[in-house]
Amino acid sequence: MSDMSETAERADVVAAPGGPQRGNGASELLRRAGTLFLQQREASVLLIAVAIFLYFTASTPSFFGHGSFVNIAQYMAPYTIIAIGEVLLMVCGEIDLSVGYVWMLSPFVMRGFIDSGVPELLAIIITVLLLSLIGLVNGIITTWFGVPSLITTLGMGYLIFGVALTVSSAQQVNLPDGNGGVGRWFGAAAWSEFIWATVLVLIFHVILTRTRWGLYTVSVGGNLLGARESGIKVNTIKIGNFMITSSLGALAGILEAFKNDIIDPSAGQLAVVLVALAGAVIGGTAMLGGSGTMIGAWLGVLVLGILQDGFNLRGISANKFQIILGAAILLAMIANTYLTRLRGAGRIAARARTH
Amino acid sequence: MTSDNDLGGGTVSSEVGAFSTPTDDILRVEHISKRYGAVTALVDVNLRLARGEVLGLIGDNGAGKSTLLKIICGFQPPTSGRILLEGREVHFSSVQQARAAGIDVVYQDLALVPQLTVYHNMFLNREPVRWPLLRNRVMRKLSREHLDDMGVHLPSVNVEVASLSGGQRQAIAVARSVYSENNKVLLLDEPLAAMGVKEGAMILDLVRGLKERGNVSIIIIAHNYGQVLEVCDRVNLLQGGRITYDKYSSETSVEELTERVVAEYRKALEERQREQRSA
Ligand SMILES: Nc1ncnc2c1ncn2[C@@H]1O[C@H](COP(=O)(O)OP(=O)(O)OP(=O)(O)O)[C@@H](O)[C@H]1O
Ligand SMILES: [Mg+2]
Repeated sequence: MSDMSETAERADVVAAPGGPQRGNGASELLRRAGTLFLQQREASVLLIAVAIFLYFTASTPSFFGHGSFVNIAQYMAPYTIIAIGEVLLMVCGEIDLSVGYVWMLSPFVMRGFIDSGVPELLAIIITVLLLSLIGLVNGIITTWFGVPSLITTLGMGYLIFGVALTVSSAQQVNLPDGNGGVGRWFGAAAWSEFIWATVLVLIFHVILTRTRWGLYTVSVGGNLLGARESGIKVNTIKIGNFMITSSLGALAGILEAFKNDIIDPSAGQLAVVLVALAGAVIGGTAMLGGSGTMIGAWLGVLVLGILQDGFNLRGISANKFQIILGAAILLAMIANTYLTRLRGAGRIAARARTH
Repeated sequence: MTSDNDLGGGTVSSEVGAFSTPTDDILRVEHISKRYGAVTALVDVNLRLARGEVLGLIGDNGAGKSTLLKIICGFQPPTSGRILLEGREVHFSSVQQARAAGIDVVYQDLALVPQLTVYHNMFLNREPVRWPLLRNRVMRKLSREHLDDMGVHLPSVNVEVASLSGGQRQAIAVARSVYSENNKVLLLDEPLAAMGVKEGAMILDLVRGLKERGNVSIIIIAHNYGQVLEVCDRVNLLQGGRITYDKYSSETSVEELTERVVAEYRKALEERQREQRSA
C-alpha cells in the first residue's frame, strides 16, 4: 500500500495501490476520485453549497463580489463559532440552548472588567474563561443529576437572560474606545471574525478527529455505557464540552459587539442557537450522538449565509425570507439525507471492490 | 489469611469444596455482596481462581454473573467484601487500575463504539499518542498484526465497527482484551454468545492457547455447559446471587449441572405454588 497520510484516514479504504495505475486510465481515476469524494461526510453539504453558490452567481448580478462576500462571511462567523460547540455536544449526545444567552451576556461582563481598569485584551480573555463556568454548571446538572441537557440549558438560558437584562438595564452600551486597540482583531475589521471562526473550526476539526478528547467525545455519544466500561471518564468529557461551548459563546458575543461597535442587550439569545444548530445538522452532524463534523458545520452555516445574502440581494423581504429559509433548510436536509444514503452505498461498494 | 473453610460460608452446600492451597490462587473473592437499591444482586460470594486455571461461571439469567465480573474488573465497587490479587488485598476505583494490575475483561455488551473504526476500538482508552495527536498509523498497523495473529479475519481495520457482524464484533472485543502482555487475569462475559460454530471454536482455541502458555488465569461466563466443561478446569454455579456449587470439570458432567439447575427451578416453582395455595 502507498504510504497513507494521517489526514486521509477515511479515504484509505479505497486507497490506490502505490506505483503506476493499472490501465483503465482517466475514467477509472475519475470514478475512484468520485467514490473517494462521496465517502467524505462533508461531501453532500459541499455539493449543496456549490450548487446554490452557482445559482446565485448566475441569477443575481451583484452576488459575486467583494461586498457580498464580506456580508456572507460576517453573517457566518458567529454562528459557526457557536456551531463548533454544538457539534461537540451533539457528538457526545447533548445540546446547549443557553449558549446564545452567554453570547448576550459576555460583552457586558467584558465591559465591566474594562471599566474596572483591566486592559482590553486581558478583559476579553478573562471573560471567555470565566463564562466557561456556565458550561461547568450546565455539565454538572446534566451529568451528576441526570437532567436532560435540553432542559438544563433551557433553564440556564432563562437564568442568564435575566442576569444579562439586570446587569445591562436593557440598555445599549458603547464600547470603551470604539474601533481602536484590540477591537480590530476581535471583530471590528471586516474579515477578522470570519478568520476567528475558520481557524477555530480547523483547530476543533483536529481535536475531534485526531486527539483523545475527540475520540472519547465520539465514544461517549456512540456508546455511553461502553465508554464507561472502557474506563473513559464520561462525565468529564461531557462537562468539558459544555465548558468549551460556553466559552465559544462568550467569544462570539464579544466579536459581535466589536463588529457592530455597540453592546446590544438584544444580541444573541435563542435565535442564534437555532441557526447554529441548523448549520451543524445540515453539515452532517447527527442529533443522536456519535457522529459529527466541524468542516461540515462550517459548510452548513455557509449554506445559510449564501441563502441569506442571495435572497437579500434579490430584494426579497425579511418576512418572505424566513419562509424561503425554512423551506431551504428542509430541502437541504432532505438532499443531505438522500446523499448520505448514496454515500453509504458507495462506501460499501468500495469496500467490496478493494477486498 | 482466612482458612479454606471460610470460603463457601455456612449457607452453602458441602459440594462447595474443590479447594487447593490458597497460595496457588491468583485471585480470591471473599464475602462479596452487591446491592442496587432494593435489588440484591450478590450475597456473600466467595470465589477463587488458581494460577493458570480456567474457571467456568454458570447460572441463570439475572443470577449475578455479570455483576460479579464487573466488581472484579474495577467497573463498580462491591457493597461489602474484599478482593485479593496474588494474596494482596486490592481496591480498584477504576477499570484502568484493574487493568494496570493485570485484570482485563470482555463485557457482555462488548463495550465497542459502533461509530469508531476497528483500530480505534482496539485501542480504546489506551491509545498511543504523540501529544496531542493520536498515532493512528501505529494503531492501524498493530491492530492488523494482532488480529492476524489471533486468526480474526476482517475486511479491513479501517471500517467502522457498525458495519461488522455480531460475531466479528465479539472477536474484536476478545482480541482487544488479550492484547496486553502483562495480563494475569482475564474475565470473559459470554464470549461465545453471538458466535457461529467455527468462530466459537476459534474463541475456545484461543482460550486453550492462553491456558497452555500458562501466564494467564481465566474466568468464563457461558450458558452452554458442554462448552464450559470442554474448556474449563473447574465450574462454579451462581444461583440467586450465591455460589451454590463448585466442582472440577473432571468430577461433573453436563447431566449433573443440568440436573442441579432444573432441580433448583422445580423447588422454586413448588414453593411458589405452595405460597399461592396458602395465600
Ligand atoms: N446497574 C444495575 N442497576 C440495578 N440492578 C442491576 C444493575 N445491574 C444488574 N442489576 C440486577 O442485578 C441482578 C444480576 O444481574 P446480572 O447482570 O449480574 O445477571 P447475569 O447473571 O449476568 O445474567 P445474564 O445471564 O442474563 O447476563 C439482576 O436482577 C439485575 O436486574
Ligand atoms: Mg450477564
